[in-house]
Amino acid sequence: MASPAPATPAPTPLKVNLEFSGGMELLFNNTKNYTIEIPATTSEHTPTLLRHLIFWIRDNLLKEKPELFISADTVRPGILVLINDTDWELEGELEYQIQNNDTVVFISTLHGG
Amino acid sequence: MARLCEICHREKAVLKRPKTLQSICRPCFYQVFETEIHHTITKNRLFQPGDRVAIGASGGKDSTVLAYVLKTLNERYQYGLHLFLLSIDEGITGYRDDSLETVKRNQLQYDLPLKIVSYEELYAWTMDAIVREVGLKNNCTFCGVFRRQALDRGAMLLGATHIVTGHNADDIAETVLMNLLRGDVARLQRCTEIATPGEDGCVPRSKPFKYTYEKEIVMYAYFKKLDYFSTECIYSPNAYRGYARAFLKDLESIRPSSIIDIIHSGEAFQVRRGVKMPTQGFCSRCGYISSNPLCKACVLLEGLNRGLPKLGVSRAGLQQLDPQLGPAADPNSPPTTAAKEYPSSSDPSAAAAVRTGKSLDW
Repeated sequence: MASPAPATPAPTPLKVNLEFSGGMELLFNNTKNYTIEIPATTSEHTPTLLRHLIFWIRDNLLKEKPELFISADTVRPGILVLINDTDWELEGELEYQIQNNDTVVFISTLHGG
Repeated sequence: MARLCEICHREKAVLKRPKTLQSICRPCFYQVFETEIHHTITKNRLFQPGDRVAIGASGGKDSTVLAYVLKTLNERYQYGLHLFLLSIDEGITGYRDDSLETVKRNQLQYDLPLKIVSYEELYAWTMDAIVREVGLKNNCTFCGVFRRQALDRGAMLLGATHIVTGHNADDIAETVLMNLLRGDVARLQRCTEIATPGEDGCVPRSKPFKYTYEKEIVMYAYFKKLDYFSTECIYSPNAYRGYARAFLKDLESIRPSSIIDIIHSGEAFQVRRGVKMPTQGFCSRCGYISSNPLCKACVLLEGLNRGLPKLGVSRAGLQQLDPQLGPAADPNSPPTTAAKEYPSSSDPSAAAAVRTGKSLDW
């Protein structure tokens, strides 16, 4: 009996908590909180980064108007992103490597005040 | 590896300040955020002890944070202010009624008295009724003009000696850009002023968040878990301000100082002598400050009440205005006389359509 090809075991998916507020929730079925599972690696076997997460969100959660969420391959300017309650600008922004149980918050500042 | 705060060098940094690019921790952020506003207030002598200060409160992020911070600073530094929340009910079902619920919660959370004045009681028109009459094209003009007066009238009802609004640095930079794009020289000069004096029957006003970045206001509200309302007005497409805002946010993402730089440019503008500026007078009907015989609110109301809602929002509409009431010139104060000295090839009705008030809450 031939032994099976030494396939790399599929890594356990990552659980990520998402929160949309400041008006962002309107693009997401008016729901503020989601818990999702996302593969730990991309199809190129590289670790899943925040860059991949936002496109995953666009393709899987976003209900309308993707241009209000993503603009030119990043989050639209004017949307604040926090990773585990820290400004994403301190965490490498799009290059941040997603960890299991991360909480990522998107807050729109574009709504009236 | 967590980065340490560049101020205290002890705690983990949680925020990169757009104004200084410093990485700072949560306690230091609260400290610098509040202290900068305190310095803005004292350096510009915005208040006198004993002032009765009406906080224009929409339930949105800026005015909610303003109410919270002013209450904190008033206690911490003993300004001796009597603070009130003043809200305007424009009569927009499904929008303002929801945001007013937020203000009512803020009233309890911050223990501040609340006064709500409505367009209906002041003008006998709700925005819902106005939109039924005028449609969705110029409705923001009505709302913006009415709101400015409504805040003054509400403040007088409260016996307030001062009004503060939550306009932040981003809002002011946006307004500088818009006034520049419209050639509105008079407003370009005025719009960066932190305070307007209380002469001519108006209540003095100020903007304590003039130098406060929107990003920090939103982060502050998020970290402090302040309760605010953030749904777009159902009637507000506000295309022009929207473009200015998107442009500004793009600039900020490349160079965060852009916002404060644009404000600085606005402050430094000087109009050369000899450029005609509108002269401020009073409305012959309601007595409100106006650069025309009739103030914009009275012109708009006249149009609504006579079933000519275009009155006051287009030049064609203006010609229907009763000559003894109507100003000879365009009562849309912008663009100013200065702009009119240059021949314009643009379609005046298109220009009027562009002047759609403000999307901001005050």
